[in-house]
Amino acid sequence: MARLTYRMSGRFIAGLMLALPGLAAATELRFYAVDGDAIPQSLTGAAGDAARGRALVVERSSTCILCHSGPFPEQKFQGDLAPDLSGSGSRWSEGQLRLRLVDALRLNAETIMPSYYRVDGLQRVGTPWRDKPILSAEQIEDIVAYLVTLRE
Amino acid sequence: MRLAGAIAAALLAAGAVGATEIPQAERRSGYSFMKPDTRAMQDEDTANPGMLWVLDGETLWKRKSGAAEKACADCHGDISTSMKGIAARYPAFDNATGRPVDLEQRINSCRANHQQATPLPFESRELLALTAFVARQSQGSPIETGADPQLAPFIAKGRELYLQRQGQLNLGCANCHDDNWDKRLAGSAITQGHPTGYPLYRLEWQSLGSLQRRLRACITGIRAQAYDYGAPELVELELYLMSRARGMPMEAPAVRP
Ligand code: HEC
Ligand code: HEC
Repeated sequence: MARLTYRMSGRFIAGLMLALPGLAAATELRFYAVDGDAIPQSLTGAAGDAARGRALVVERSSTCILCHSGPFPEQKFQGDLAPDLSGSGSRWSEGQLRLRLVDALRLNAETIMPSYYRVDGLQRVGTPWRDKPILSAEQIEDIVAYLVTLRE
Repeated sequence: MRLAGAIAAALLAAGAVGATEIPQAERRSGYSFMKPDTRAMQDEDTANPGMLWVLDGETLWKRKSGAAEKACADCHGDISTSMKGIAARYPAFDNATGRPVDLEQRINSCRANHQQATPLPFESRELLALTAFVARQSQGSPIETGADPQLAPFIAKGRELYLQRQGQLNLGCANCHDDNWDKRLAGSAITQGHPTGYPLYRLEWQSLGSLQRRLRACITGIRAQAYDYGAPELVELELYLMSRARGMPMEAPAVRP
């Protein structure tokens, strides 16, 4: 039987626990349900756009290609700290890819892959990035939509 | 938040312990990761832009300064003997403050105490020039930082900072420089992070820069809050990195991409 857990923004939890009104969430992360090793439902309730997702993945500021390589012939510099993204869509379901992007740490406590949709449990985050997830829910959905097309 | 943070910190610390230190025989300078043309630039004094700062440093070394009207040379004499091997022992324990100080801070405390001059700002051309001129006298000397037992608790703090995951990308120095140094981060070779060549000329900076500048760049790279120049944490990191590089020859002023 599928295990179902719910997660929410750490700040939101803190607000509830400490009952400090001043700690209202700076960025409200959306609720999502984890089922086993996947997040089956879209974070936004809508399907992402694969073309936008590809553009995001090859964009340096999204950070993916710092570590990963993939079928991006136009990108001269790609990382080799992580598996090649080619064939991701054959190896993993849409829901599995979504959880990997949202919070890879949940699947492997020692992974170096950042959690792209999480704001709690981080130390000393720099001011420009504080209390913000690395990617928005919309951006994650776009990237997931692209990754499922990477079949081998 | 605090509770969740504490639990996460414990989990992350558990993850960080897995980092393995690089055995002495496998230690490699950033130099060995560079392309031949960049190496040639470092090897040839006439091609090494860092030598311009060294030359400026020579002028400053001899110039009288401050209310005391003294030059560095008035106290230290011939730099090639008085400062040989000195940079290879920094950061060093400072009895006055009971803390480690790096070479830039030592130069500034000489200015304040012996020249009665104002401290030079971090990364100013003058401070970099003086530091480069002093560090140059240790070129080829093996790094000996950390031999003083009074430094032990500060080295331990530096190591803790080095292992700690931080920033929005949640990475620790060790994740790259111990565990992935033979790999590439997009276009850049990830080195072992040995600070053998500072201050050094970085092509990306188009300038000489200090080790603190380099550390702040890596910290900002993982989207963490960079410590201010001169912060105790940065000096502790410098100290840990230098002691981790013990035995490696000094290269200052080096060149890096
Ligand atoms: C700092 C390094 C790093 C960054 C940045 C990074 N990843 Fe990863 N990624 C990894 C590692 C390492 C793995 C291997 C599994 C693990 O350690 O969890 C991985 C695994 C994956 C996988 C599964 C690959 C497979 O076939 O097994 C996918 C898909 C993936 N990452 C996508 C992405 C995307 C998309 C981004 C950017 C939004 C990204 N990663 C950013 C390090 C990184
Ligand atoms: C995500 C990977 C990554 C992390 C994490 C990281 N660095 Fe680096 N570091 C690099 C890369 C890549 C370079 C090579 C410089 C370049 O070309 O950008 C570098 C360069 C350096 C150098 C210069 C070595 C030389 O030869 O001059 C030092 C020292 C250093 N890092 C220390 C640190 C410390 C201390 C931390 C933690 C506060 C850290 N790094 C975190 C990737 C990283």
